[in-house]
Amino acid sequence: MKLTVVDVEKCIGCQLCMFACSRKSGQVGFSASSIEIKSAGGMENGFKVIVCNACEDPACAKVCPTNALKVKKDGGVILNESECIGCGNCVDACMIGAVMWDSQKNKPMICMHCGYCADYCPHGVLALVKKEEKNV
Amino acid sequence: MSEAKLEKVLYIDLTHKKFKVKKRPELFEKYLGGTGVATQLLFEECPKGIDPFSEENPIILAVGALTNLYPLASKTVAMFKSPHTGNLGESHVGGRSAIAIRSAGYGAIVITGKSDIPIYLSIHEDKIKFKSASTIWGLGNTHTIGRIIRENEPGAGVRSIMRIGIAGENLLTYASVTTETYRHFGRLGLGAVFGSKKLKAIVVSGRKTFEIENKKEYRETYDYLYKTAVNSSLMKKYHDLGTPANINALNKFGGFPTKNLQEITFEHASEISGESFAENYLGRRLACSHCPIGCVHIAALREPYDDEPYFYKTSMISYDYEPIYAVGSLLGGYSIPGMLKLMVEVEKYGLDIMSLGVVLAWATEALEKGLISEEETMGLNFQWNDYDTYQKAIKLICTEKNEFYRTLGRGVVAASEKFGGKDFALAFGKNEMPGYSTGPASHVGYFVGARHSHLDNGGYSLDQKKENVGIPPQKLAEKIVKEEEWRQVLSSLVLCFFARSLYTPEIISKALKVVGYDFSEDDLWKLGETIYKKKYEFKFREGFSLTDYSLPNRIYETPVPSNPIHKEYVEETISEVNKLIRE
Repeated sequence: MKLTVVDVEKCIGCQLCMFACSRKSGQVGFSASSIEIKSAGGMENGFKVIVCNACEDPACAKVCPTNALKVKKDGGVILNESECIGCGNCVDACMIGAVMWDSQKNKPMICMHCGYCADYCPHGVLALVKKEEKNV
Repeated sequence: MSEAKLEKVLYIDLTHKKFKVKKRPELFEKYLGGTGVATQLLFEECPKGIDPFSEENPIILAVGALTNLYPLASKTVAMFKSPHTGNLGESHVGGRSAIAIRSAGYGAIVITGKSDIPIYLSIHEDKIKFKSASTIWGLGNTHTIGRIIRENEPGAGVRSIMRIGIAGENLLTYASVTTETYRHFGRLGLGAVFGSKKLKAIVVSGRKTFEIENKKEYRETYDYLYKTAVNSSLMKKYHDLGTPANINALNKFGGFPTKNLQEITFEHASEISGESFAENYLGRRLACSHCPIGCVHIAALREPYDDEPYFYKTSMISYDYEPIYAVGSLLGGYSIPGMLKLMVEVEKYGLDIMSLGVVLAWATEALEKGLISEEETMGLNFQWNDYDTYQKAIKLICTEKNEFYRTLGRGVVAASEKFGGKDFALAFGKNEMPGYSTGPASHVGYFVGARHSHLDNGGYSLDQKKENVGIPPQKLAEKIVKEEEWRQVLSSLVLCFFARSLYTPEIISKALKVVGYDFSEDDLWKLGETIYKKKYEFKFREGFSLTDYSLPNRIYETPVPSNPIHKEYVEETISEVNKLIRE
């Protein structure tokens, strides 16, 4: 299952998804979130919903000098925190900006595609779908 | 990791361009945040009897103990001495402000002093900078100011940009502070206090995160609040139509102030209703950070240029109930494009639209009655629903073109003292009237409310529940005071008042316990009473009186069919409120 943006136009910028992502690990605040909502150049233009695309050949893993990011079978990556040296190459490599940074831990925040955020999106912007249905 | 409980207060001195951070956990242990903490800080920082434009006047911003933790706790409370009333200044804003302040690591920010040059404050967690605003001082539009700061500052997505327009720079006493383009510290002139300090803007951001010890109980409490909020009728009402959902109902009830309260039903109400706005102009909905409702409604207005075919300007304009009342029905106006163009002007200059609408309504009637002439108005002939004229007047007011317009920039009380027409100058405690004339409780509520807002004690709502018709003044006074006391708890926790039925004493007590604040339901009620009395202590200290006052006669002259407003009853109720406060 993969997290997907169903309709970005429905996003009202409430950021409940960001709070949900950190709450899943018992934290409160944006540093611990793997999803990001930003205005698309002023709120009058709506919002950008930035989530991991679960790439099958992810750029973030390719630039990791310690192989702390392992590519998953169905795409996307998983982080082995103890191997991560906090260089930030992965952040630069992701062209959609979906590798977030936890400045308190100095490590990337990687989306697990668990769908917890989608459960707290009251307006149908996010959903967890089967991989083959993604981007259709 | 930063703390789950609030403690840090950021003190900024604009005169010496210095700052310090103090840990004051006791403040938040006692008052929880928001209104409670800000009131205490106001007593600490604001000397008695000062000029609101002196450097001693503090600007205090405070968030609450539940901010970031739970939904709908995302308001920022500002306190200051109001240049508009010369008394307690308290204004609330949503947007991203509260989340940004807490995520930067602060429970409150206190700004004192006065800068010698135009300046803006850049606050990104522990990095605090004083930056020159000389390039943007005097620049025409708060929208542009926001855009320039956005492009010069970090923190996209997690920041708040509070700024003033020309009205604030020129010290119009009802100048507002705009945040996130569409939300405002609207009332009581915070924008002018910014202007007096040469403070053009504040940008705040952060990502500070903390861990909750009691994770299971936290998630359960969160889920209860979230589910109750999204399944409530409130959610649907305010998401679908926003606050203008009330227009048709209020007009039907007979409490919708029209043409400077000469009437209380408006024949064109349905044309300017929430339904009409949504069907014809709604372009986008927005939410405050951490609020699932998204009551903020943005209209898209497409206007052709006169001088070029097939060339259009498209504006996105935030509308709400109060602006539609203030520059709609109160001005006898029913042209939505006219109203929206006026709202664009107000946003551009940074004014409290409610005060402005009342001022323009007074001017229209004063001209009609011959108290002023076109000599004063510089040739403008104010007429109900004439938006071209009203639009021209805004510029003249904000740029203080002559003595008349300069006076209009000081509010309707100042205008009526100079030119006459006190009977129809709609202000309470010098603050211009909100959009309800539903019966005696609405007007008593405005006057005795500590910030002269309809939201202080919801008097208009008591009127609308018809069981309160004809109850003795003492009973009405008790209801008003009790409601205002409780709302001090809500605004100390910076909860959105739309969520007041969700956040019961029981659930607040439980939600606080999860993060280690021990407040029983009874403690909460007592706290509300303490804060309310403290605010009144400030008001009395600065000269407010509940015995020596005058209310506009117009409220008695325009009958409310369901609940007549008699002068004796209103005055008796105010007298009873006075007794309760001084108990």
